[in-house]
Amino acid sequence: MTATAVQPYIDLFGRLESGMPGGRLPWLAERRRAGLERFRDTGFPSVKAEAWKYTNLRPLESLSFDLAAPSPPTVGIDRLPTVMPAGESAYRLVFVDGAPRPDLGLTSGLPVGVVLMSLGEALEKEPALLEEYLGRVAPVEDGKPLAALNTAFLADGAVLRLPKGVVLDKPVELLFLATGADRPLVWHPRLLIVAETLSEATIVEHHVGLGGGTYFANSVTEVVARGGARLRHYKLQREGAGAFHVATVAARLERDVDYSSFVLAMGAKLARHEACVTLDGPGINAHVSAGYLVRDSQHCDITTVIDHAQPHGSSRQVCKGVLDDTARAVFQGKIVVRPGAQKTDGYQINRALLLSEKAEVDTKPELEIYADDVKCSHGATAGELDDDALFYLRARGIDRDTARGLLIGAFLGEALEEVGVEVVRNAFAAQVEGWLAAREAKL
Amino acid sequence: MIEIRNLHANVDGKPILKGIDLTIGPGEVHAIMGPNGSGKSTLSYVLAGREGYEVTDGSVTFNGKDLLAMEPEERAAEGVFLAFQYPVEIPGVSNTTFLKSALNAIRKYRGEKELDAMQFLKLIREKTKKLGMTDEMLKRAVNVGFSGGEKKRNEVLQMAVLAPKFCVLDETDSGLDIDALKVCADGVNALRGPDRSMLVITHYQRLLEYIVPDYVHVLAFGKIQRSGGKELALELEKKGYAEFGVNEAA
Repeated sequence: MTATAVQPYIDLFGRLESGMPGGRLPWLAERRRAGLERFRDTGFPSVKAEAWKYTNLRPLESLSFDLAAPSPPTVGIDRLPTVMPAGESAYRLVFVDGAPRPDLGLTSGLPVGVVLMSLGEALEKEPALLEEYLGRVAPVEDGKPLAALNTAFLADGAVLRLPKGVVLDKPVELLFLATGADRPLVWHPRLLIVAETLSEATIVEHHVGLGGGTYFANSVTEVVARGGARLRHYKLQREGAGAFHVATVAARLERDVDYSSFVLAMGAKLARHEACVTLDGPGINAHVSAGYLVRDSQHCDITTVIDHAQPHGSSRQVCKGVLDDTARAVFQGKIVVRPGAQKTDGYQINRALLLSEKAEVDTKPELEIYADDVKCSHGATAGELDDDALFYLRARGIDRDTARGLLIGAFLGEALEEVGVEVVRNAFAAQVEGWLAAREAKL
Repeated sequence: MIEIRNLHANVDGKPILKGIDLTIGPGEVHAIMGPNGSGKSTLSYVLAGREGYEVTDGSVTFNGKDLLAMEPEERAAEGVFLAFQYPVEIPGVSNTTFLKSALNAIRKYRGEKELDAMQFLKLIREKTKKLGMTDEMLKRAVNVGFSGGEKKRNEVLQMAVLAPKFCVLDETDSGLDIDALKVCADGVNALRGPDRSMLVITHYQRLLEYIVPDYVHVLAFGKIQRSGGKELALELEKKGYAEFGVNEAA
């Protein structure tokens, strides 16, 4: 950590603090300041920090970013790059360079009591909801420097609250577009998802870069799910080639919740997706899975912490990735089983497929088990395409490149099986196919 | 149809095939029998074009073309089919996708129109039914979770769908009980015809009771030691390979 890297953010905070949205809310000013102080104390994490051992943020530290303008750019967008296919209806919030664009959103017809709005709007309309949760699931005391930085600059993002028993009829799509402006911009989106007892919804985040410029998207998502709620939480990350994408997800699940998340990471120069899921009640089922496709000199870090705090919980993590060229990937997966979290069933598998000798993957599974009646398994592999399978396909008339494409697609397809919502799974599969087609065209 | 002349091949630098001569005419079924390590599987892999099987001398001419100069996929498209002794499991690729990709790749090579999903389904339904295979086996990933018999039936299904001109059956009987063997043999026999040649490689004479060959060859020490009619198989069953200097206790 260097003081010089932190200083610009402190200066920026000093200049902007008084003008930030929700300035009349004392609790918000307090939490922002706590975030800034925490970030000032820790600075950017270095590779000496265990959680950042394999992801070096030096290239990010050395850049200076301007905070994206609070008023959204008025760039015209002819066709929104939605994950949900045309004709599939969804509720939608759209953000451009971190700022909401209500003119592009779709929130009409929401069931009574559902809150789906930008965080800026919620600061006006739902301050009590925000006060109750913001910074409570992902508190700055967690010691995550970038989450603390997000809290310091907390200004906008998305809020979804599902009242008790409400089952959303359509998925909620959260679209984050980056224009890749001519100067490096930073934004700190904050997402809050509160699912009350027995509510159900599918949430699809899409982070997409429209240009190759440098920017820094530093998001924090807080999820609270109450008794028996069912959440499907998917994310497609296709940031631009010059992007730094750091996402911290903190989810607190209460009894009997079924939470299933999947991130497909393909974009950005450097990306990190960190998901910390706490099973804070009995009988919870949590799936926290991921797939990634990286090439050139991309860096992709998937870090998870699954915290079994109560008995009879099960967690499942499948992470599969494909690396080409000199790309690098990191999978850090920690499963904690607290004393008393008996009958826990934890499963974790991480597989990487290396298409180039210069690609590299680092895997760090960790099990911390303090209960004695649990079942936990983990496994990790890294390898090349199977020669036997390749020959088998070719011996049936399928040419080498097509055979390789089939095998790579199949490899990732197994991870996509974890995406339980068919329309999303198909959209993700189409992304994988597009990636493979681009690769083949290059060969 | 296929002419193998003085074929020599090494595996890991070690000579395995040491001068094979074999001519198979259209519609003929030839059997190659031989003890373990005689070079049976090496011959099948060399014909299919597997990497790591280095041809050091000789030639293989297939319908007038130099087979050894072709990539494995070109050989398949020209009409060479190897039924694997150990069919490979391919997780994540459904049997249907696999068969459709293969068939359309071959049709494309031959300048024929690719089949659409409906046409393909119709074709494959008919073939699977004949082999007593279920639709469910088509949906499953290629050979994943298949029993030994199912894997071999799947090989025969691929053969039926791809309609090759020359089939090499590499120990298709290995690991099969008699019922599964009969199903596979029936499938293979149904594909016999005046334009389709076969090379049936086996360790046991039993298979040749069900797939009756026109000619039998004995392969030992990388060379064909003796050739004859189908009665040669029976003779081998009785006497073993001792006459060729092979110690069968090994």
